[in-house]
Amino acid sequence: MIDKNKIDETSINSPLGVRGSSNQKLQNESNSNSPLGAGGYLDMELLRFSTAGSVDDGKSTLIGRLLYDSKSIFEDQLQAVKDASKRISGNEEVNLALLTDGLRAEREQGITIDVAYRYFATPKRKFIIADTPGHIEYTRNMVTGASTADVAIILIDARNGIIEQSKRHSYIASLLQIPNVVVAVNKMDLVAFSNEVFTKIIDEYKQISKILKLKNVIFIPISALNGDNVVDASINTPWYNGPTLLQLLETLPVRKDENNLPARLPVQFVIRPYSDKFHDYRGYAGRISGGTFRVGDEITVLPSKTQSKIIAIDEGTKSLEEAFTPQSVTIRLADNIDISRGDLIVKTTEPQPTVNANVSLMVCWLNHRPLNEGGKYIIRHATEETKAIIKAVHYKVNINTLGNIIDDKNVKMNDIAHISIKTLKPLKYDSYSDNRVTGSLVLIDENTFETVGAGMIVHDLEDDSFVI
Amino acid sequence: MNYKLTHLKELESESIYILREVAAQFEKPALLFSGGKDSIVMAYLAYKAFYPAAIPFPFVHIDTGHNFSETLSYRNELVQLLGAQIIVGSVEESIAQGRAVEEKGFSASRNKLQTVTLLDTLDKYKFDAALGGARRDEEKARAKERFFSHRDEFGQWDPKNQRPELWNIFNGKKQVGEHFRIFPISNWTEMDVWQYILQENIPLPSLYYTHEREVFERDGIIYAALPEMPRRATEKVEIKQVRCRTIGDITCTGLTLSTANSIADIIDEIATSRVTERGGRADDKRSEAAMEDRKKAGYF
Repeated sequence: MIDKNKIDETSINSPLGVRGSSNQKLQNESNSNSPLGAGGYLDMELLRFSTAGSVDDGKSTLIGRLLYDSKSIFEDQLQAVKDASKRISGNEEVNLALLTDGLRAEREQGITIDVAYRYFATPKRKFIIADTPGHIEYTRNMVTGASTADVAIILIDARNGIIEQSKRHSYIASLLQIPNVVVAVNKMDLVAFSNEVFTKIIDEYKQISKILKLKNVIFIPISALNGDNVVDASINTPWYNGPTLLQLLETLPVRKDENNLPARLPVQFVIRPYSDKFHDYRGYAGRISGGTFRVGDEITVLPSKTQSKIIAIDEGTKSLEEAFTPQSVTIRLADNIDISRGDLIVKTTEPQPTVNANVSLMVCWLNHRPLNEGGKYIIRHATEETKAIIKAVHYKVNINTLGNIIDDKNVKMNDIAHISIKTLKPLKYDSYSDNRVTGSLVLIDENTFETVGAGMIVHDLEDDSFVI
Repeated sequence: MNYKLTHLKELESESIYILREVAAQFEKPALLFSGGKDSIVMAYLAYKAFYPAAIPFPFVHIDTGHNFSETLSYRNELVQLLGAQIIVGSVEESIAQGRAVEEKGFSASRNKLQTVTLLDTLDKYKFDAALGGARRDEEKARAKERFFSHRDEFGQWDPKNQRPELWNIFNGKKQVGEHFRIFPISNWTEMDVWQYILQENIPLPSLYYTHEREVFERDGIIYAALPEMPRRATEKVEIKQVRCRTIGDITCTGLTLSTANSIADIIDEIATSRVTERGGRADDKRSEAAMEDRKKAGYF
C-alpha cells in the first residue's frame, strides 16, 4: 500500500495514504471465498501470443472458440453475434468468427484488415492475443502483431497442408524471433481425424523450421469449429497424447531468458521535482529492457561512457533493492552527471552494446510509399530519436519461397529486405537476436511522420540468425 | 530472487512507460478525467510515473452538466490529493454558445455533445495529446485502437490508416494542428482494473458500491430517477439496491442491481457476471457500429 512506503531516507509518506483507512477492510477481505479466487488471481502471469492464418484457415473461429470455451464471452456479446450471424447467413448457427471482426468494413467484406487485440483469462494465466490477418498484403500487420508475442500460433488447413502462406507466417515468426511456435493443424474433422495427414504435415514442416531455425515448435491437431483439442482433449484423436492448445498456452514459459541478458535501461525521462522536500532528487526513469539492476551496481552511461554507481531504485513511491525486466523504474546515481533521454544505462561489468552509426538491419516495409534508397528517415530506437540515410539495399527476401531476391531492390509495402543505414548520432545497440528492445528500431517518414519501416538489427551480413 | 512479474505489475509497468513517453514526446499533454474507475486508475498511474515530481500535465474533465454529484466531489478531492491541476470543459457552455445543440425527447443524451466540448477544450488550451482511460476489451472497435492514436486536424480517427505500433516504440510525431489520443491502459481488462484497485487500495466514489436509490427501467436498463433524465408517464419510479458498474453522464449510465459493498464483493460479482460492463451503456446500443462512428467523429 502506497502510504507505508518510503521514497528515500527522508521517509516522507505519500499523500495517497491519507484516505486509505476506510479501504483497509477491503484489502483484508481480498482472500475471501470468491468463486474465481480473487486473492489468487492477483498474481497471474501474462502471456502474449499472436495468431496468423488466412481468411479460410479458421483463425477467427479458433479465437472465438478459445474465448467461448474459456467462458470469456458475455451474454450481450454472444447475443450481438447471434443477431449478426442470423442477419448475414440467414440461419441460426452462431458464427464465432464474428466475435473478432470489429470494424464495419470487415463485417461487410468478411475479412480482417488490421491487428486486433483480444483478452481472456483462465485461473492460471491472463492472455493477450494479437489477432492478425494472413493475406499477402498484410505482412506488415503480422509483423506488428508478432513484435510483442511470446508465442506464435500458425494455422494450417489439414486438407491443404503446408502452403506458401504457411512459410510466410513461419518466416515472420523467425524474423521476429518469437520464442515459441505452435503449429495448429486445423479442420482435422474434414480429414477424418487422420493421424497420417497430421504426421505428414509435421514431417514437411520440420524441414521449414530447420531452415528458419525456429526455436521451440509444437504441433497440435485441432478442429476450431467443433472445439477438438482447443480447450478440451478430443475423443476423435486417440493417437494424440499431447496437450490441448489452451493447456499448452497455460504452461509455455513466459519470457524466461530476458533477465539473464546484459542489463539495459534506456533513459526515458529525467525526474527532477524541484520541490523543497525533494530538492536534490534527480532520477532517471525508464523501463528495464534486459537483465537486472541492483543498488550498488557499477554502471556506465552510453554514449558518453561516464561511470557511476546506483544508490537507489525507485518504483512509484517505493524503493527497491533490485529490479528486473520489464519493470518501469527510476534509478538514482551516486554522481551528478549529465544524462538525458535517449541515453542508455548498462552495467559496467557486463558485455557492452555496440555503439556505432553504421547499422545493418532486416527491415519490413510498412508504407505504400516504397523505401527510398539514399533517402533520409527519422529513426526511433529505444528512447533515442535521430536521423538516418539508407546507404544500401542488399537483397529482398521472397518470403514465399524463403529465397533471396538480388535483381529487384525496390522495397515496397510488405517487402522484407536487408539494408544498411548510417545514423546521425551513433546508436547504442545489441543485435535483435540478443535483445528485442535494443535491437529493434522504426523508420519514420520525414514529411508525413508515418511509421514506414520496422527494423531488426543484425551485427553484419553474416549474422547467423538471419541467413536463410 | 523471483524474476516473475505478476500480470498487474506488468500492466502497470507498461502503462507507466507510456505515460512517461507522452511526457517526453509531447509539448502539452492532458489527462482526460471522467470520474470513472478507469480514469481514476490512470490518475494514480500518472502519480506513480513521475513521483516524487508533480504530474507534468493537467487533468481535463468534460462536464456534461448531467454528472452525479458524487463524481464531482470525488474529482475535487482526488485532484487535491494528487496535487494535480484540473481544467473543466462545460457542455452547458457549448450549448449556450450555440456550438452544440441539445438533443430532444426522452432518450436525449449529452453524451454525443461531449465531443464538441472536448475538441473545443483541446483546441482552446492547444493540447497536443489527450490521455484517455479506454481499454481494448471494452468494445470491438476499440480492439483495433493503438496506444498512440493519431487524429487529424478535425480530431477524427481513421481506422484504416493507423500507424503501425511495433515492440514498445511509439511514434508521436505530428503535423501542426493534429493531435494524439493516448490510451495507456489499452491492455487492461475490466477485471484487471478492479484487481489493481484492490491491490493498490484505491478509494472510489461511493456510486460504485451498493446503495438505495430511486430508479426506473427503460429498455431493460435501470437508470437513476433524477431531474436530468426525463421520464415517460409509464416509467414507474422504484427504490432499489443498486450500484454503478461504469460511471458516465446520468443519462447514459445504467445501474446494476447489486449488494456489493467492497472491492472484493465487486470482483466476485464481475467474475460471475454474464453481461459486459458496456451492456448497461445506452450510448452503445444505438447501432451495432455505434462506438466506431463516435470514435471516427472524435469521441474519447
